[in-house]
Amino acid sequence: MTTKRIVVISSGLSTPSSTRQLADRLAADADGILRERGFDVEVRTYELRDLAHDITNHLLMGFAPPKLEEVLDAVSKADGLIAVTPIFTTSYAGLFKSFIDVVDTQALTDLPVLIGATGGTPRHSLAIDYAIRPLFTYLHAIPVTTGVYAATSDWGDGGDGVRSLPDRIFRGAKEFADLVERTDRSELVNDPFALDRPAGHLIGGLTGE
Amino acid sequence: MQFGIFTVSDITQDPTTGHTPSEAERIQATLTIAKHAEEVGLEVFALGEHHNPPFWSSSPTTTLAYIAGQTSTLQLSTATTLITTNDPVKLAEEYAMLQHVSGGRVDLMLGRGNTGPVYPWFGKDIRQGLPISIESYELLHRLWREDVVDWEGEFRTPLQGFTATPRPLDGVPPFVWHGSIRTPEIAEQAAFYGDGFFANHIFWPASHTQRMIALYRQRYEHHGHGTAAQAIVGLGGQVFMRKNSQDAVRDFRPYFDNAPVYGLGPSLEEFTQQTPLTVGSPQEVIDKTLGFRDYVGDYQRQLWLTDHAGLPLKTVLEQLDLLGEEVVPVLRREFAKNRPADVPDAPTHASLVTAKYGDRPPRQATPNANRGDNLTVGSPYLDTEAATTTSGAAFGPAATRKAVVR
Repeated sequence: MTTKRIVVISSGLSTPSSTRQLADRLAADADGILRERGFDVEVRTYELRDLAHDITNHLLMGFAPPKLEEVLDAVSKADGLIAVTPIFTTSYAGLFKSFIDVVDTQALTDLPVLIGATGGTPRHSLAIDYAIRPLFTYLHAIPVTTGVYAATSDWGDGGDGVRSLPDRIFRGAKEFADLVERTDRSELVNDPFALDRPAGHLIGGLTGE
Repeated sequence: MQFGIFTVSDITQDPTTGHTPSEAERIQATLTIAKHAEEVGLEVFALGEHHNPPFWSSSPTTTLAYIAGQTSTLQLSTATTLITTNDPVKLAEEYAMLQHVSGGRVDLMLGRGNTGPVYPWFGKDIRQGLPISIESYELLHRLWREDVVDWEGEFRTPLQGFTATPRPLDGVPPFVWHGSIRTPEIAEQAAFYGDGFFANHIFWPASHTQRMIALYRQRYEHHGHGTAAQAIVGLGGQVFMRKNSQDAVRDFRPYFDNAPVYGLGPSLEEFTQQTPLTVGSPQEVIDKTLGFRDYVGDYQRQLWLTDHAGLPLKTVLEQLDLLGEEVVPVLRREFAKNRPADVPDAPTHASLVTAKYGDRPPRQATPNANRGDNLTVGSPYLDTEAATTTSGAAFGPAATRKAVVR
């Protein structure tokens, strides 16, 4: 059976965090849908607060400490990414952007992404579309059209009075699962240091390869 | 195996005294350090190149030529020479010249540089850094091996009937190392030419270095220069030593905590755990350095950065004393153990001359009598056979490249 590898990034700063809670809900729905369709699913969830020092050190020194390296590696080899951030001062959390800044610029190419965001009021829900979505399209990832925004009030009943949070989570997860189902991204070798292929093309026509 | 030091020529405030050396002071200190390297039995001194403060080494061949005059055995190298923003024609001339005045005690390490504005300052486009490196080195390689070069490329004005003078000492170009941190293209470039590969190694986790060296070794063999184990590998490293470990950590910590080169990010403990930086006793340096062989194989050159981060001259000289007296003799002995007989030493001028000529006398390039036209067309040297140069762009079809002697 094919295994779909899903990485979940949550950049909430508190513990427990509603951002993490949203991330887990999104992951659970995506996992359920894919399993129903006959896939094995491997979900790895990372909280960026645990990596905050490593991310800063990477920004300053240019290399990832081992714990962060493992996360970057997992992201680049994933079949899908669920990325959830709190909205701070009209945009994604600084820690979230710092993490994206240390991801290799080619590591997210063709990667299905489900965007989630949390905030105190529903009034910042468009931050998903004006701030977070362009980040992923710039990196040639494929964010699904439904981004899931959870305001504090969404965790009670009613939400925005149109569609409940669980409805929106399911809709986003389904769109995401549709893309993850079709990609074979994690099967593709994407290692510039792989020793099992020619490398002569790296230096133009010189080697005749 | 060669052991030596390299400097990036930074002028950094000593955080323990607040003193920032002047350019003059730091330049003189570096000359003293280079001479002391030879005195303590180290074999290599390599000098960086920068074109902005707080660095002073803009003109490495001038500095290295002076050091050559003040030393007798020290191998002079660079760390690194900018193949991107220097004109390859001038590099061919300057380093051949340095070969002559130093008696062949010169090799060089090529790199792309890490300071963005240097590219526009020298009229280059940083986005083209890699293609420039590849084209410029192909030209440099030819200028040292062909008396008359016709050439046309993307990044410099074409050459018709150009001869780089003086010709390399004894007809043998300086050995070249290609330096890089994590660019597979550079490993491939080094492997293609059968040149050395020098892994920066410092500031980076060992896993990066391991993968780069593995790729270089495999491609070296692929291109037919020898077995993977025979590829020519150099490593950087950084050490700070005191007789006992606690003193080393205590004395080095203020430099580590304040030097911009360490990023002001990770702690000294994290950094020494994750990179080759060793702060401790000579024995700890020996142990850590011997461990490098476990992930890169038997290698040819180990250079240490010892004079950075504002360390005063006196301290740097003490580091050299410890390296020369306590560390290198042990490393030399230990690295020799279990080293396969067919793993070569780092090439030197003498070994390259022997490899090329055997027992025959090496070439002594002697120009033809002046014909009054001051043009180097046809055969500019007495022993030059009929011109056999290939012409065309550096990126021309592989077929035309086969004629070039590697």
